[in-house]
Amino acid sequence: MTASPKPTIGLLRDRRFKPDRDVEEWHGKYLPYDLVKEFLIALAVVVLLVVGLTVVFSSPDDQPVTVRSWSTAQPVDFAQTAITELDGSSGTAGYGPPYNQTPDASQSIGPFSPESWFGVHHPIDSANDYVVAPLLTLPNQPGLDAAISTYTSAPATQQASWTAAYEKAVADATFTRGALQVPSGRYGPVAPMISALTSMARSGALDGALISSRQFYGTDYTKPLLFMADGTYLANLGQAQHLQGPQWGMMNETGNYPGQAWLWLYTMWYQVPPMKTSSNADLQVWAIMMVLTLLLALVPFIPGLRSIPRWTRVYRIIWRRHYRDLNEEVDNTGPSPPAAAES
Amino acid sequence: MPADTEVAADSAADLPEDADQLTAKLRHAAVAALPPGRLMPDRQPAYVASWIYVFGVLTLSALAVVIVTGLVLAIFGPSWWHVSTVGLFVNSLHLWSVEVFFFAMVVHLWGKFFMAAWRGRRRATWITGVVSFVVSIGAAFTGYLSQQNFDSQWIATQAKDGINSTGAGAIFNVTNFGQMLMWHIILLPLVVVLLVGLHVLLVRLRGVVPPFAPPKGSTIETETVPSHEEIPTGDRP
Repeated sequence: MTASPKPTIGLLRDRRFKPDRDVEEWHGKYLPYDLVKEFLIALAVVVLLVVGLTVVFSSPDDQPVTVRSWSTAQPVDFAQTAITELDGSSGTAGYGPPYNQTPDASQSIGPFSPESWFGVHHPIDSANDYVVAPLLTLPNQPGLDAAISTYTSAPATQQASWTAAYEKAVADATFTRGALQVPSGRYGPVAPMISALTSMARSGALDGALISSRQFYGTDYTKPLLFMADGTYLANLGQAQHLQGPQWGMMNETGNYPGQAWLWLYTMWYQVPPMKTSSNADLQVWAIMMVLTLLLALVPFIPGLRSIPRWTRVYRIIWRRHYRDLNEEVDNTGPSPPAAAES
Repeated sequence: MPADTEVAADSAADLPEDADQLTAKLRHAAVAALPPGRLMPDRQPAYVASWIYVFGVLTLSALAVVIVTGLVLAIFGPSWWHVSTVGLFVNSLHLWSVEVFFFAMVVHLWGKFFMAAWRGRRRATWITGVVSFVVSIGAAFTGYLSQQNFDSQWIATQAKDGINSTGAGAIFNVTNFGQMLMWHIILLPLVVVLLVGLHVLLVRLRGVVPPFAPPKGSTIETETVPSHEEIPTGDRP
């Protein structure tokens, strides 16, 4: 078949016909099709469906966690987390960019490490931001001020000795009579500091201190969220709500509601090796998804990939009426059927 | 309208056109590319007869509901739905319309994939559709981050690692509620609406992709469906 010598419209290009790239101009019938009516009917259907789902299921709204609720529910977990912030062993303290400079903390694939290239943009000094600075905002605490001064002016080795001892002891801590009970030991000023921080957190004052900024209005919750994420309380709540990574958490919603189901492929990559156990899993998964997204967008240009629709023949189902009409036409008029594109 | 204004308008209509004007050139180009009969056709090729075609317009309808319910939520502010029964109802409408939107869009996307709907100079239509899908994922994601509840806290603390690993965390901080809210209610919806609008215009410009046809080794032209005026009279219903 060749091009019509006198096309009605469009740019003529004499080039080899590729069924996965080109089409023949339609010379068949046109039928009435009311697009506006179709849209209005679809809109009515969607509105009814959405209202029905809303009436039956509503939407989830689990209470947010605060530093106050965390430290009230699990003061020992809070204290255990706080000491890791002070001694620099917490997840946030060793996170690397964009929060701080930690050697070899950035994820990478070979020499490709965008995290380290962009550097620190939301600086967090965990010891100062989560412990020392909030404690300094407490008024009329001469004993605490002295303890903070002792700690901050001590050599790093001395600080490490105190915090290591406390971190080991706080694993056996209890919370009774409204106070943290830690087995006695040589913790220097660390014990009164963490005890005061726990009391401050339970009062709600630490929530405010962590989001304070130079402006009156604050909307950046980076510090409290990362602090809470360093503890086990938030993680346990997520686990109970089937939101953890191994539970395909990113695509789930609290309760039994559908979440971001469209993230299933992204979430799936975290469940398979090597990403499942890789320390560079996030970058690897994102790299895979970027490549797949690019492939999807560029399908029309990729030989082989763009032939899948023709090979799978699903189009035969979609246009079954069209092909049935063609077959009937052939039956009535004789040979030379416009067979499907099997080439 | 005052009488003298009407006279002025009539006189203006009678004036000869200034073909050198950018305005006139733009109008001519727009009308030439998308004459009314092609922009809002009242007929379609006979092969446009499958339920799969419904999912495109269902996606648009769901997007309309998403936008309207989002506007209502925006009017009352991000905390309203936590303390108001009406607010919770509107938020639920917003949530479920998003679910319907994505369901319809994914079916639409795979339907178009199996039609190889990029054929016949429709590659830009396909690409704008895919990009709309990707940006919509971002819009929904920032919506989940803006809920101000446990779910948004959890998603923020989990998603930060992926975003940070790409380096994007330097400027796109998922734990910054204010930033995510602005992305959710202004930047990303604007991009989605512009992309979807462009996608729909391209659909109208190129028409609905015809079924696979046979010829092997033939040379053909790659334009598509004629406008209403160009449909042979004998083929009109």
